[in-house]
Amino acid sequence: MSVAPSAGLGLKPQHFDAALAAPADGLWFEVHPENYMVAGGPRLAWLEAIRARHPLSLHGVALSLAADAPPDAAYLARLAALVDRFEPALVSEHLAWSTWQGAYRPDLLPFPRTSQALTRIAANVERAQDALGSPIALENPSHYLVIDGHDWDEIDFLETLARRTGCGLLLDVNNVFVSARNLGLSAEAYIDAFPGALVAEIHLAGHTADPSLGAALLVDTHDAPVDPAVWALYERLIARIGPRPTLIERDDNLPAFDELMKEHARAESVLRAPLRRAA
Amino acid sequence: MSAASLRQFQDGLARALLEPELSPDDYAPEIARLAAQPAFAVYRNTVMKGCIDALQANYPSVARLVGEEWFRAAAAVYVRAHLPAHPTLAVYGEGFADFLVGFEPAAELPYLPGVARLDRFWTEAHTAPDEMPIEAAAVARLGPEALARTVLRPHASARWSWFDAQPIATLWRRNRYPQDGDEAEIDWRAEGVLVVRPGGSVGNVDLDAAGCEFLDACASGGTLADAAAAALTVDAHADLAHLMSQLLEAGTFGRMDHLDHYPPEQR
Repeated sequence: MSVAPSAGLGLKPQHFDAALAAPADGLWFEVHPENYMVAGGPRLAWLEAIRARHPLSLHGVALSLAADAPPDAAYLARLAALVDRFEPALVSEHLAWSTWQGAYRPDLLPFPRTSQALTRIAANVERAQDALGSPIALENPSHYLVIDGHDWDEIDFLETLARRTGCGLLLDVNNVFVSARNLGLSAEAYIDAFPGALVAEIHLAGHTADPSLGAALLVDTHDAPVDPAVWALYERLIARIGPRPTLIERDDNLPAFDELMKEHARAESVLRAPLRRAA
Repeated sequence: MSAASLRQFQDGLARALLEPELSPDDYAPEIARLAAQPAFAVYRNTVMKGCIDALQANYPSVARLVGEEWFRAAAAVYVRAHLPAHPTLAVYGEGFADFLVGFEPAAELPYLPGVARLDRFWTEAHTAPDEMPIEAAAVARLGPEALARTVLRPHASARWSWFDAQPIATLWRRNRYPQDGDEAEIDWRAEGVLVVRPGGSVGNVDLDAAGCEFLDACASGGTLADAAAAALTVDAHADLAHLMSQLLEAGTFGRMDHLDHYPPEQR
């Protein structure tokens, strides 16, 4: 099944009851599959209950596609089992690495975008898609560091990966804003250049200024409401490429479910704007 | 870049993330240029925070006993030595109790590893395979002879332990499920406990040494007659009828088999 180009919410266990009670109309939920890679118990039962009422998106953080090694076979098997069981409308991952030499680091780590990396990542994406039996979407990560040795611009890199592997792209607008600020680039130029036809999903989230460096370093913390500047970039994007499934991501400093539903409603209104114009 | 360099980059960055005390001279130049940027701390902090938050969530009773500051300092030492082997952080920290045994600053708190083991039991029970528990009625139907030849397999979520020096179960319960009225002085004695999740929530039951021995025998495939004999070697006055009803009520068993077919020479 596919998800309508409507707005969804990141789902945290604290909100399970409210999420179950929420009106089902077009609302979809996204979870990190890693949190459900367990043999049994209440976590899986909760997700079953949610899935019975709403479309689901699985957004992985640990496939480690940008590692110079094939994806971990046991991890991939667990992910495939979740895909079989929950039949998600979307499956996505990051252009980053986290698992390396048998150890998982809970972050989305950077790498130099070389042609060697492109070849490796394309092979990893294909391996993952073969195991899952469906295409995945790849997300642009947040950047904090100036890295030597990039041979590729990020958008060209993502677009080439998509063309080679058939994967889609997940455009995280907050990541674009955070990265542009941190690296001194133009967020608008990035949003305008991103290949709209490949965008399978959009992410919106909040960020925080680094406690010691201040506004010179924005951190993709997902612990605050979506920033006004990110909403503006999102409106600019939707006006250009049309509506796409859009997620409000919140992972920390969780507000009441109703607060997230307000951001959800705002995204919905942006998504409907081009339709209104066309009507 | 050469063919090996993505790998070298990852090796270097992975090391730099966890060893902030190294000087730039210890890294390859491309990694040193990253580690020298103030923003490198974002990655270091995110990796450490993710792992430490997970340990704190998975060991809440230990954290409550020692306080958050002490816990997070100890957790940081554990994380540097034992990064998660897989990304399901809800089950991270398998070796934390063993780590605490050898952790010098915890030497004055000899009960800490035991409490950590029970937090771990809870996590394992919570995420164990689902299984319908054997109901008491199914066992009550059996006559004495059939009962003696019955093998009850512990439920997939069942974990139990006897602690022969400290009241670990009481300490754990008070910190895992704090309540008003917990101020009463703790009787400093040996204790045992069973942690099990027969349905949607994790429960726990006090067990004496005979009860733990009984479950050990069940887990190794012994009949109820074998398990009863094992329990009685520990405590000749053990109340086995009470033990059985307590275990069945808690949903301790996941499978029941009957050894109806003894080899002919044993009949």
